[in-house]
Formats: sequence, structure tokens, C-alpha cells
Amino acid sequence: MSVLTSSNYLWVLFSTLLLGVASGLVGSLVYWKKQSLMSDALSHAALPGVAIAFLLFQVKDFFILIIGAALSALLGAFFIMAIKEKTRIKEDTAMGMILAVFFGGGIVLLTLVNRYSSGNQAGLDSFIYGQAASMVESDVKIMSALAIGVILIVMAGFKEWKLFLFDPDFGKGLKLPITALNTIYLFLLVVTIVIGIQAVGVILMSALLIIPPVAARYWTHSFRNMLLLSGFFGGISGAIGTTLSAFGDGWPTGAFIVLISGIIFTFSMFFGSKKGMVVEFTILRSKKKELQSYSVKGGRG
Amino acid sequence: MNILEVEGVSAAYRKNTVLNDVSFSIPKGSLTGIVGPNGAGKSTLIKVLLELHPKLSGNVYFFGTSLKKVKSKVGYVPQRGSVDWDFPTDALDVVMMGMYGQIGWLKWPKKIHRKKAMEVLDKVGMADFSHHQISELSGGQQQRVFLARALIQDADLYFMDEPLAGVDAATERAIMAILRELKNKGKTVLVVHHDLQTVEDYFDRVLFLNRTVVAHGNTSSTFTTQNIEKAYGGSVRWLKEGIGIVGTHLQ
Repeated sequence: MSVLTSSNYLWVLFSTLLLGVASGLVGSLVYWKKQSLMSDALSHAALPGVAIAFLLFQVKDFFILIIGAALSALLGAFFIMAIKEKTRIKEDTAMGMILAVFFGGGIVLLTLVNRYSSGNQAGLDSFIYGQAASMVESDVKIMSALAIGVILIVMAGFKEWKLFLFDPDFGKGLKLPITALNTIYLFLLVVTIVIGIQAVGVILMSALLIIPPVAARYWTHSFRNMLLLSGFFGGISGAIGTTLSAFGDGWPTGAFIVLISGIIFTFSMFFGSKKGMVVEFTILRSKKKELQSYSVKGGRG
Repeated sequence: MNILEVEGVSAAYRKNTVLNDVSFSIPKGSLTGIVGPNGAGKSTLIKVLLELHPKLSGNVYFFGTSLKKVKSKVGYVPQRGSVDWDFPTDALDVVMMGMYGQIGWLKWPKKIHRKKAMEVLDKVGMADFSHHQISELSGGQQQRVFLARALIQDADLYFMDEPLAGVDAATERAIMAILRELKNKGKTVLVVHHDLQTVEDYFDRVLFLNRTVVAHGNTSSTFTTQNIEKAYGGSVRWLKEGIGIVGTHLQ
């Protein structure tokens, strides 16, 4: 239990909470842009950048590593778009290819790092499955600051994001800068992914972007509430997952975080107040009863 | 004064030329129906004019200048299939989107904006549905909401892509009443239309399009069997018969 009371734990908890909120918000944008697979492709594409940044600078500095990760993810995004534009290959196929090739490349590079670099590289493995406990105070501060930035940008442009996602053609007519928003959107997505890869890992990071908004959709019919709920679900997944993983030595934080969000999703799917299965079933049954009693009365009359 | 001037516009989807050397001009205060067979490029024309689809050649002038400078004076009602109806938003919310430019970017809508949106919803007969999810509305109701969103922009020139497609008779009458009112207020309206039988009743000008302008002018002088035949080509035989049948029934 000493892990839980150490000051490092509280810092890490705070940062994964913020990461979860940021992921929930950005994930909602991704959800309505119908790019869930894109977030998966980009998080996998971040891995080679981590390894290359380490090979070049030979330091395990979080800031340098996430810049490498961001560049590599953006390169992945660029390839996906180029394949989609220049060839007849469909976007999902392009994503599948880029995801696998970049991730494979990343694994090869990590193996090289492990073989040829000096002592302190062992921590790089945590970028695959996530290891919040490996974060030091400076990592946590960078991660928190960037997560807060992401949260503020999504909240400030709430009405703009809505138009951007719902009807971009109409937005163009209102002089909404769609191209610029597209760039900001990609930037938010990449930043959220790279700040999450140390705590959650490249494999599971996309789940933190995909699951909270889907769960939130079951509870609300308003875009604003969906954003808030998704941020809330992401936040508590991050916090609880981090706490659970702190109980054991070397437990993968990412896996616990994703598991918690999975539980939230399952609960929402059944008991969500707007689209949950129980509610839908109840409505259907009461409608049936209503119609039956109506026809019975009609029969008497 | 011509509100819209189109000179030699061409456009393509990949290798297929959809529009070729399209030229016409639209006078202020007119209500124009754009008609033509499927695949004639009607929707593409509107998208090209509004710079939502790239043009390969030609010039377009809005109010004697480029679209960029007068965007706020131009309203657009897209085809119904162009948005995701599952998106979590209600009728009032959609109408408010028409005011985002007036509200100002990064600002929150105020009570007065909400009130104005309600007024316009009422005008299209949708006030009772203001808090209904758009996915729960019928096709005609969805169309009215989109019309309301365009109306609230208070534009001077409106483009509408098949606003009457798949709506019932009551909605069609309601929409046409609003279009006529716009015209009477001196606004200019262009409507992509699919039903040849109502062209004469609804529009004072007609533009026959089949990849290029086949004929364009006042409905009374331009809406002739000859021009219909020219625009619709091979498919006109049954069309003519169709109109003939309706014609005799009406008599």
C-alpha cells in the first residue's frame, strides 16, 4: 500500500485522470468523424518514433520521446492520406497496412535499442503496454500540461466542433475554417495519443479514445453532454486503472485503464438512460401493452 | 442587376466530365428551378458554385464579386442525405447553427439567439418539435428544419438541393409558400427540382441542365416540350406520355 500514499502516486493519478478526460473529449470528436480506426493506426504508428528518438539522443527524456512519437504518428497519418488520395486503396485498408508496418518497424527498432544501447533503456518497453509507475515527476508535469491544453481547446471550440462534425459543407458557407479545424483535430488527436503512450501504451491507447465516447452515447442525446460524459468516463477509467495497477509491482497500467472503461461501456450498453438495451426493451414492452389494451377496449366498444 | 453570373464553368469527378461550359446569369428576385435528368450535374453545379467541389475552368461572380467576399449573403440547403442523422442534436440546435456566424466564433449562443431560432422554427411549422432529436423526425420534418436553418441566415441568395424530394404534399406546399415569400421579399432562390409537372406552377424561371445549359429563361417561354426533349433526350418518350396523362386527367 505504500505505493498509494507516495507523492509520486498522487501525481501519476492526477495526470492519468487528465489524460482520460482529454481522451474522452478528443475521442468524441474521433467518434463522430468516424475515424476510430484512425486513432488505432496513429497510436501504433507512434512506436518507431519513440525508438528513433531514443537512438538519436540516447536519453530517456519524456519530452524528446513524445516528439519522436508525434512525428512518427503524423508521418503515419500522412501516408494513410497519401495512399487514400493517390491509389484506389480504401482508407481502412490503408490504415490497416500503416498500423501493422509502423508497429512492426517499432518493435524491430526497440529490439535494436535493447541490444546495442547502454543500460537505462529498459523503460522503453513500457511504451508498448504502458507503465504509469515508470513516470517521473517531470514526465507527469509535461503530460498534465498538454492534457489540460487539449481539454481547453476542445471545450473552447465546442460549437465549432459540432458544426465541423455534423455538417462541414454548411460550416464552409458560414466561413468556418474547415481545413484549419481538420489540422487542429489531427494535432489534438496526435497530442492525446503521444502523451498517453507511456502510461497506457501504444497498443491500448486507442481504446481509451474509442470506448468512453461509445459508452457516453448510451446516456445522452446532446452533443455537449456526450462530450462531458465521455470526458468523465475517460477520467475515472484513468484514475481507477492507475490505482489498481499501483497495487502490484510492474502491473500494466494501460490494461487496467482499458478494462475499467470496458466495464463502464458494458454497464452503459445495458442501463444507459437514452439508448441502453433495458430502456429500449421497456419502451417496446410498454408500447406493446398499450396497443393490446387499446385493441381490447376497441373490441368491447 | 444580376445576382449570379456563371461563365463557362466545367467540373469533373475523376475522369467523368460532369459539367461542361455552363454559362448563365440569374437576376435579382427570381425563383429558378434547375431541372434535368439524373446525372445531369444539378447537385454538382450547386456544389461547384459554392466552392464545395473544385471547378476545372470558368468564372463565377456573386453580386458582381467573388463568393469569399459575400459568403454571409449566400444560404444553402443541402440534399437531405448529406449529414449523419444519428448525430446527437435536436431541431432547435440545428437551426441555431445557421446563426453561428452572427453569434461569433468561440462564443456561446445567448437567449436572444434561441428565441430567434424558435421563431423561425415556428414559421416552418416545427415549433412543437424543437427538442426532438433530428433522427426522430420524418423526412419532411427534417427538410423543414434545414430550411429553417437557411432562413435564419437571412441571406440574399439561396441554393436548395432537392428540398421537395421525398416530402408529403403538405410539406411541399409549406416549403413552396416560404420560397415564394422569400422571392416576394426580393431574395433570389435557386432550387434543384426533379418534378417536371410542377415546374410551371412553382418557378418563374427555369434552367434546363444536362451537363451544360440546354435552355434557360422565363418559365412561360422556356418550359416547352422541345426544350424538355432536348434536356431529357432518349428518356423523354415516357415522360411526355406521363405529362400527357396527367394533363388529360386535369382537364
